[in-house]
Amino acid sequence: MEIKEMERYASQTRRDIVRMVAAVSSGHPGGSLGCTDFFTVLYHRILKHNPSNFSMDGIGEDLFFLSNGHISPVWYSTLARAGYFPASELATFRKLNSRLQGHPSIDHHLPGIRAASGSLGQGLSMAIGAAETKKLNNDDNFVFTLHGDGELQEGQIWEAAMYAAGHKMDNLIATIDYNGRQIDGDVEDVLSLGNLKQKWQAFGWEVLEVDGHDMQALIDIFDKAKSLRGNGKPIVILMKTEMGQGVDYMMGTHKWHGSAPNAEQLESALNQLEETLGDY
Amino acid sequence: MEKHIEVTGEKDTRSGFGEGLHELGKENKNVVGLCADLTGSLKMNAFQDDFPDRFFQVGIAEANMMGIAAGMTIGGKIPFTGTFANFSTGRVYDQIRQSIAYSQKNVKICASHAGLTLGEDGATHQILEDIGMMKMLPNMTVIVPADFNQTKLATKAIATHEGPVYLRFGRPKVPIFTEANADFKIGKADVVFKGKDVSIIACGHLVWKAIEAAQELSKEGIDAEVINMHTIKPLDEKAILDTIAKTGCVVTAEEHMLNGGLGDSVAQVLSRNNPTPHEYVGVNDTFGESGTPDELMTKYNIDTTDIIKATKKVMSRKA
Repeated sequence: MEIKEMERYASQTRRDIVRMVAAVSSGHPGGSLGCTDFFTVLYHRILKHNPSNFSMDGIGEDLFFLSNGHISPVWYSTLARAGYFPASELATFRKLNSRLQGHPSIDHHLPGIRAASGSLGQGLSMAIGAAETKKLNNDDNFVFTLHGDGELQEGQIWEAAMYAAGHKMDNLIATIDYNGRQIDGDVEDVLSLGNLKQKWQAFGWEVLEVDGHDMQALIDIFDKAKSLRGNGKPIVILMKTEMGQGVDYMMGTHKWHGSAPNAEQLESALNQLEETLGDY
Repeated sequence: MEKHIEVTGEKDTRSGFGEGLHELGKENKNVVGLCADLTGSLKMNAFQDDFPDRFFQVGIAEANMMGIAAGMTIGGKIPFTGTFANFSTGRVYDQIRQSIAYSQKNVKICASHAGLTLGEDGATHQILEDIGMMKMLPNMTVIVPADFNQTKLATKAIATHEGPVYLRFGRPKVPIFTEANADFKIGKADVVFKGKDVSIIACGHLVWKAIEAAQELSKEGIDAEVINMHTIKPLDEKAILDTIAKTGCVVTAEEHMLNGGLGDSVAQVLSRNNPTPHEYVGVNDTFGESGTPDELMTKYNIDTTDIIKATKKVMSRKA
């Protein structure tokens, strides 16, 4: 898909996100909006996947794991708009009997999801396991993950980071949503990550950096990441994003990490986001 | 009435796991092994040596091991994780809960050195809460085999059972009294001795203690039925109700906390179906300590004499 078309998808997904969280007065719009460009590029340009015939095992496909499961709105919208399930189902988000749980679940068999996430820090380990199985199966596709930067405060991430380098997992491409914000405030104030690039390098990873709102740059960095296979090093992309990207009053603050807009705020947000593919 | 059982040797249950896993390696190419720096203790060396491409040394990072195991199921592998029971459960409860149980991943959590019989290392390593934690998780099957042969059979059985399993075994050598080619079925209890006066339902190392207790009791004219309840979940409710119908009273025995163990599960079945006098042998809300396995079982009241005492007490409560 060309960038112009992906921009239309991203605009619709941002509308979906704010409408979904506003409808139930709960959910996490900030990180979802910040990662919309990433998800759009990933699903429409990077991943080798099969939306119309989802299989848990994903043999012969790339796999994606969302480790920071609270940004489920952007994933659900992206999956629906990519054809995994009808966009009308987005209206059930966080409601009783929905497949669209507050945090991703496979209990309800939503196509596109292979693991529950929400309790942070677990997705990298899961992705490593899937990547090990791909190697055992001689399946030369990639495993991708996304993590929050605040999530990197979880110790399990660094257990996994050590393993991935030690076991030369070069079919693994992790991305960090490096927005500098978490629930309680700026990451720097809550618990500094220090020099994040040097930390990953010291753990033996190849570190790439990208502007998470520049679709061409995202395409280029993923192409580069994939080309690095064979070096025997896992790859992490530090992706600079703005929490709340696309909705002016949600940007520049941590306050919309986990708060939903009211009716008036929703209207203001929707006025800033073009309806391109038709609201669900 | 005669309580005779043939003992064919003495081995640790963890060696049954090691042999079972090694055989699985030959029989099923999807079986993979993961270990957190306790390969020798878990008896996983033979698997490691013969199937190095399917053995994954994770290092001292149990949370990561559980996540990797969960991920390896995606694409059809059947991961067996190996570490001590404490590090297999309490240390990684949330990883098991979210990445394995809730995510419905086909991971086999194989846990050695469970309970007090780990011995001299002391209470930091002697987990007595693991059965409770694991049986509370939806989708989880919990198996506590009694001897070497049964642990080996259980190890092989769980490979073909779809879904997460917690398999609990131990460190010390214990008598081998089940048959090497027995028909082991997950969720189906074994009747070790038939009897009419009292039912002793035990799991793990306490099955042998229950056998010893039944033999002692028979000298006093008490005819005890002994049930080896190797599967805690799903629980063989029919076996419990059948034995109670004959005996009218029950003793449960386990190397575990009274809170949350086999006894609690049995009590639920009794209270819903057929309220019955019930006495418990288990560890009563305390941590263990350093000592030999035998010393600890005596001090913490999970020995043969404790089962005998509980039996007499529960029989006195029968109407």
